[in-house]
Amino acid sequence: MAKTSEHLEEATIRFAGDSGDGMQLIGTQFSETSGVAGNEVNTFPDYPSEIRAPEGTLYGVSAFQVHFGTHHIYTPGDTIDVLVAMNAASVKVNLPTLKAGGMIIANIEGFDERNLKLAKYTTNPLDDGSLSGYEVHAIDFHKEIKAALGELDISSKLIGKTKNIFALGLTYWLFQRPLDATIAWINKKFKGKDDIILANVHALRAGWNYAQKNPDFKTQYVIDRSALSPGRYRNITGNEAIALGLVVAAKKASMPLFLGSYPITPATDILHAISGYKKYGVKHLQAEDEIAGICSAIGAAYGGSLAVTTTSGPGLSLKTEAMGLAVMTELPLIIVDVQRAGPSTGMPTKPEQGDLLMAMFGRHGEAPMPILAAASPADCFDITLEAARIALKYMTPVLILSDGYIGQSSEPWKAPTVESLPEIKAYFATDPTDFSPYKRDEKTLRRQWAIPGFEGMEHRIGGLEKEDISGNVSQDPANHEKMVHLRQEKVDRVAQDIPEAVVEGEQEGDLLMLSWGSTYGAAKTAYERMRASGHILSFVHLRYMNPFPRNLDDILNRFERIALPELNSGQLQFLLQAKYLKRIIGIHKVQGKPFKSRELEEKLVNLLTEKEILV
Amino acid sequence: MKTQLNDLLEKPHQGQTDYTAKDFKPNVDVRWCAGCGAISVLSPSQRLMPELGIPKEKIAYISGIGCSGRFPYYMDTYGFHSIHGRALPIASGLKIARPDLSVWVVMGDGDNMSIGGNHFIHTCRRNVDLNVMMFNNEVYSLTKGQYSPTSHRGQITKSSPLGALDDPFNPAALALGAGATFVARGHDKDRTKLHDLLKRAYEHKGVSFVEIYTNCRIFNDGAFDLYTSVETRDNYTIELEHGKPLVFGKTRNKGIILDGYTPKVVNLDQGEYSINDLLIHNEKDSTLAFILANMTYSEELPRPMGVIQAVQRASYEERVVNQIEHEIVTKGEGDLQSLLTGESSWLV
Repeated sequence: MAKTSEHLEEATIRFAGDSGDGMQLIGTQFSETSGVAGNEVNTFPDYPSEIRAPEGTLYGVSAFQVHFGTHHIYTPGDTIDVLVAMNAASVKVNLPTLKAGGMIIANIEGFDERNLKLAKYTTNPLDDGSLSGYEVHAIDFHKEIKAALGELDISSKLIGKTKNIFALGLTYWLFQRPLDATIAWINKKFKGKDDIILANVHALRAGWNYAQKNPDFKTQYVIDRSALSPGRYRNITGNEAIALGLVVAAKKASMPLFLGSYPITPATDILHAISGYKKYGVKHLQAEDEIAGICSAIGAAYGGSLAVTTTSGPGLSLKTEAMGLAVMTELPLIIVDVQRAGPSTGMPTKPEQGDLLMAMFGRHGEAPMPILAAASPADCFDITLEAARIALKYMTPVLILSDGYIGQSSEPWKAPTVESLPEIKAYFATDPTDFSPYKRDEKTLRRQWAIPGFEGMEHRIGGLEKEDISGNVSQDPANHEKMVHLRQEKVDRVAQDIPEAVVEGEQEGDLLMLSWGSTYGAAKTAYERMRASGHILSFVHLRYMNPFPRNLDDILNRFERIALPELNSGQLQFLLQAKYLKRIIGIHKVQGKPFKSRELEEKLVNLLTEKEILV
Repeated sequence: MKTQLNDLLEKPHQGQTDYTAKDFKPNVDVRWCAGCGAISVLSPSQRLMPELGIPKEKIAYISGIGCSGRFPYYMDTYGFHSIHGRALPIASGLKIARPDLSVWVVMGDGDNMSIGGNHFIHTCRRNVDLNVMMFNNEVYSLTKGQYSPTSHRGQITKSSPLGALDDPFNPAALALGAGATFVARGHDKDRTKLHDLLKRAYEHKGVSFVEIYTNCRIFNDGAFDLYTSVETRDNYTIELEHGKPLVFGKTRNKGIILDGYTPKVVNLDQGEYSINDLLIHNEKDSTLAFILANMTYSEELPRPMGVIQAVQRASYEERVVNQIEHEIVTKGEGDLQSLLTGESSWLV
């Protein structure tokens, strides 16, 4: 039967199976290949926090979702077009997000009695008609790979390990992806292990051939190249982007980079990346705990390094006392918090925007520091450079809020040229005449920074309150009040130095949607779709959480209603209402899952048509 | 990798380096109580610095919290008075980032053994080249008199009115167990010996842990008198000297022999034992070091003073530098543009 092809604007595929099935791996390959094929891509790995949860269980399902299209893709996709299911549990878990009429490619091996029982199916969904609303392809992956290998002597165990690659090959046929990038990757990854290379390459082709020959696969989908601006692109996750940003910022500032960190999900990938950058002269300490992580960074900052500590929620709690020390000693320091669902251990692999108020206030005494929030995986790079610029220019710790969602999801990123990157400068005090450690630059209020090794400027700093200018220890009440104000004023002045917030859509009117951090993707998608269907609303995304952009007050006052989606119970809502005395309509989700753009769209449309206040 | 910092730091030192102790005294009042043991550590430190032959801007004192935490204010070098228990990770970060500096760490027994205990064992394990002075007065002083992790069982303090229930840490044994390469003990009543110990600590590459008995006149006065006062110390302590027999006593009439692995006091006056029978101290012998450290709380045995162990192992910050250099030699210096572009990219 002749195959047809159909053009699509976008599609979402989800690879789902057991933790050991290699879903993250083929998901990454599919997204890389889609990028190479000229599509815009956004991905999301979704896996349990157990390393290898018991096979076949509902809670053990590991998945990787890829959303790709011809136009800009801001999210990993609300619903799934194609579900690759390695077992019964992955069907059960993912069916609720599969589109009506969507495709299921199922490996029937994963639907045996044991798997069905573990997935709590009483009958096999592949046979019992319960999936009649979907296009189901039930295939024996193992048998097909074995057939493709022909006379080749490949062990059954090894064949079993290539099932994911077979599935990948099949989806490559479905979306007309080239095989060569993945074949090159297989050859590189398994260099020297010829039988593994052979098995994987055959499995990839077998998947592709299966769909090509099988009459059940009638249609190939074509997703045209997007109109990306010319340049060299790569896929990047938020965590990778932060690691890159750190190396680049240090290089730009002509400073050594030091990372003091303790492993914690989902921030650890930054530590992994940095530890692999030795040839860039990067130093890192995998510390004994979170406190040592930040303290070693403070020590390195004191010594003149661009110093960083990275963590997630519970780790941030442990760092609070040392953050206060960094505020008091007015040392430049970057603190990265890749937020996860809390409180306490919470849900380690799931995102939440629950640390904003802690970032803002989670220190004893009045200890303000600038806070930046990254909007997307690629934005993590820019925000890191910006954090370094502010930290050095104002001599202050700066906190970057990312989260498990943008930290681990990826999107194509146009790799910048080194020259095109913004200037970042360290302001060391080099002249001992008239040196005082707490004498300040008039414009930025940064103190004079003399590091050990500079002759004639020996001085002592520390956590005790400082006398203005001299930096001597002081218990003087008036001085303390003055210093509290100075530290606040310094952070406030950062507002002069950051871009104003940009309103998309009408500059004033009825409804403004405000977003921050990783909700950007869903909010922007919902906004664009609503505009395209004729709704009137405006959109502002915030990347600067402290201080807020200087025009924010004015913007908020130009709209009758402001809707603010957050993955928490209303933390930014609380801050804005307190600061600007303006009522904000909160849209909250606290499920350890990012917003879907359709969810937001539905609420906003409701707000526009029903004039309802959301609760 | 050359940075702005290299350029600035490679400027040669302009002034003198023939300092005197006075050059290390800043123009501030020392606010410790009269007779505080810490004062007895300050003067040997100020006396030692000119002997090191390094520019004073290359010296940094890092402290935690407690009475000892004020130490950096009294040394005219670079200094950082940090937070409770955290001096070691701060000093480690500084030393790893700046191996060119001579980094001194000042902590009390509460600071280092209690809240900072985790950092202490890991700093010992890593062997960061830090000179760690722990002022041990067996009590919390700045919080006004609670028992500390080195207080002895039964010690009456404000928070143990019926006597402390815990047994104390043995700091030297803890340091050895954690892998410290240099472990020594001194006290505040003999500044000359203390000066020599600090000098040895400076000369040792890798972590140097010096436990210093410092009397707290206010909350635990006389806690160490037996071991530190001129009248009694000869009979209750033993001064360790590398390669020398373990002899002690006012008339040097007593010594230590090993009975199996157990140290035993013998009398040299009675003809049964001579100096030739005594255990010989060997700083390089880690097994011996444990035996000596474990003599600490024995009532039958003298308390060892001096260098218990001094062994060599590559220091952590050295390993960091070596790893970076090795990587650069084998792979070439990292090119920022190729880092940005990544291994897998495509042209649009």
